[in-house]
Amino acid sequence: MATKRKGASPRKALKKRAVRSSKPARAVKSAAVTRLNGRDTQHAVEQFLYRQAEYLDTKRWQNYIDLFSGDGIYWMPPDPSHTTWEGMPAIFAEDQNLMTVRMNRVLHPDAWSQRPLWGTNHVVGNVTIESEKPNGDVVVRSRFHMMELRRDDVRHFAGSYVHHLKRTKDGYRIKLQRVDMTNAQAAYDYVLQVWV
Amino acid sequence: MLQERIPDLAKFVEPDRVRREVYTDPTIFELEMQRIHERVWIYCGHESQVPQPGDYYAVQIGRQPMLMVRGKDGGVHVLYNRCPHRGNMMCGDRHGSAGEFFRCSYHSWTFQHDGTLRTIPMMESGYEGTRWTRDNPDCNMKRAARVESYRGFVFASLSEEGPTLAEFLGPSRIAFDDMCDRAPEGEVEIVPNCFRVVQHSNWKIFLENQLDALHPSVTHQSTGRAARDVEIAIEKRTGHAPLSYHMLSAFATVTIDKWDVFQTLNYPHGHCILTGYMGLRPKDPDTLAYERVMEKAYGKARAEEILGVNIHHVLIYPGLSVQSPLQQLRAVRPLGVDKTLTEIWHFRLKGAPEPIYRRSLAYYNLVNSPATMINADDLENFWKCQQGLASEGGDWVSFHRHFGRDIAKEGYVETGPNMGTSEAPMRNQMKAWSELMSKD
Repeated sequence: MATKRKGASPRKALKKRAVRSSKPARAVKSAAVTRLNGRDTQHAVEQFLYRQAEYLDTKRWQNYIDLFSGDGIYWMPPDPSHTTWEGMPAIFAEDQNLMTVRMNRVLHPDAWSQRPLWGTNHVVGNVTIESEKPNGDVVVRSRFHMMELRRDDVRHFAGSYVHHLKRTKDGYRIKLQRVDMTNAQAAYDYVLQVWV
Repeated sequence: MLQERIPDLAKFVEPDRVRREVYTDPTIFELEMQRIHERVWIYCGHESQVPQPGDYYAVQIGRQPMLMVRGKDGGVHVLYNRCPHRGNMMCGDRHGSAGEFFRCSYHSWTFQHDGTLRTIPMMESGYEGTRWTRDNPDCNMKRAARVESYRGFVFASLSEEGPTLAEFLGPSRIAFDDMCDRAPEGEVEIVPNCFRVVQHSNWKIFLENQLDALHPSVTHQSTGRAARDVEIAIEKRTGHAPLSYHMLSAFATVTIDKWDVFQTLNYPHGHCILTGYMGLRPKDPDTLAYERVMEKAYGKARAEEILGVNIHHVLIYPGLSVQSPLQQLRAVRPLGVDKTLTEIWHFRLKGAPEPIYRRSLAYYNLVNSPATMINADDLENFWKCQQGLASEGGDWVSFHRHFGRDIAKEGYVETGPNMGTSEAPMRNQMKAWSELMSKD
C-alpha cells in the first residue's frame, strides 16, 4: 500500500538525524528497526518538544526561532474558542520576522526589563500524536508547566501546545504552534517577555 | 478622620513639583478613591459590550465593584454589584448575561436590570410591619448616582453633584469623536477581548507616562532598534515592510530631540492631548481604498478634515488613555497605592475595509497585549519609580521641564513652540488632583 511505502520515509529521516545527534538518539536508531513506525514518530516528536523547551530555558533564542519553518507561526490566543490568529486579538501571533524582533530586543543592552535576573523552567508532557500524514507531517498535542523567576517573584503558567510539524530533511519544523494557557484570561501580573 | 491625618494637602503639590507621599501613602490613596475616582466620571465600557438585555460587564469604580448592564428598555445601567439583603455580590463573573433578571445566589432575591426589586421568596408574608417595603429604595440594587454615554462610551459618576459628562470631557471628547468619525458609519464596535495587565506602581505613574514625550526613545530603544533592523531587512527583500514594523521602529527613529516638535494641549479636569508622530496616513493601496470609502460616506472636504486629525494620545483624567487613530484605549483601575490594573480594549471602525482593522489590530497585539514588546519596559520603569519613591533619598518628584513657559489660551494651556517634551501634562494632572482632593 502506498501509505505503507511512504510511511517508511520518516523512519529513514529519523535514522539520518539520529546519526548526527548524541547517544540517546543512537539508541533509538537501533531500536527503530524493530519498533512500529508510530512509536518512532512518538519518540522523535517528544525529543523535538523537549529540545524546544530546552532552548527556551537556556535562552538559545536563535535556535528556538530556527525550529519554525519559513512560514511558521507561534500563536497564543487569548481565548480557547479562537480558531485562527488572522484578524483576531492575540497574545502572540509571530512569524520568524517578528520573532527576530523579539529576540534582538531581548538581547539589546538597553532592554531595561531584561536586566533583572530571570529564568524559566518548562516541563512538557502528555505528548499525544493527533494525526500523522503519509509525508510524515504530524499534529501533536501536549501539556506544559512553566515556572518563571523574575527578581524574587515566581509565576506559574500552564496549558497545552498543539504543534503542526512539517517533516523536512533536517527533521521537524514548526508550521504552527498553538499555545493555550490555562491562565490566558487571568490578569497578567507584569507581562510575558518571550515565548512560553 | 483622613482629614486630620493629612491637614494640609496643598503642601504636597506645588505647581512644578510633587511630594513623594502622593504616590506612596496608603491614606492619601484612600482619600483619592473617595474624592477623585468615586466622584468624577469614570469610564465603564462601550455600549456594544452589552448588546442584549441582561448582558453585563463587571467594572471597578474606585473601590466599588459595579455592573454595567443592558436593560430591557435598551438603556445601559450601572449598578453596585451587591444584593441589598445581606450584601452578597450579585454577579461573580467578569461578564455574562443575567438573563431575564438578576438573581442572588444566596436567598434568591431577584431584581430587574435597572436594579429595581422584582421578587423575593415568600414575600407575601413575613415582612408586615418591618422596614422592608417595595417602595423602600434600600430594597433595590443601588444604582450609580449618574450614568451618561458619549458616542457609545459609557461613563458613571458615583456622586450626585459635579459637571455633566459633556462639561467634564470638554475638548477631550475628541478622543471619541476622532475614533468614531474615522468609521464610515460614524460609530465603532468593541472587539470582544480585554487584555488585562497589573502594574506594581501607583495609578498616577501610568497616567503621567502617557503624554511623556521624553521617555519613548529611551525606554523603548531596544524594541525600536530591533524592529528597525528587521524592517530594513524586509524592505530590502520585498520593497515594502508592513506598517506594524514602523509602529515599533518609530520608538527608536524619533530620537529624544525630535519630540519637541510635537505638542501637548492641557485642559481643565486634568485631561491632555499629545499630537501624533507615527505618520499613520501612508499612501499605500489599503489606506487609499479606505480614504475613498470615507469620501463616499462624508464627502471629500469632511473626510479630509476627519483624516487630518493628528493625535497620538488623549488622556482623560483620572482613568482613561485613548489612542483614537488606532481605535484602542486603556482603562486604569487603581487596586492599591502601589498596584494598578489596566484594561485594554480595541474597537472596529464600522464600515471600514478589513485591512484598516487589521492594521490597528497589529498595534493592539504588539504594543498592548500581555506579550507587549513596548509596555514591558514601561512597567519596569513604573516599578522602579515606586521603589525609589518609597525611599527617603528625596522628597520631591520634579516636573520642571519648560515650567513657566506654558501658554494660557481660551480654556486650555498650550506648550510653547518646539516644547513637546514639556512636563506640562504632569503639572496639569496634579493641578486637577489638588482641586479634587481639596474638596471635602
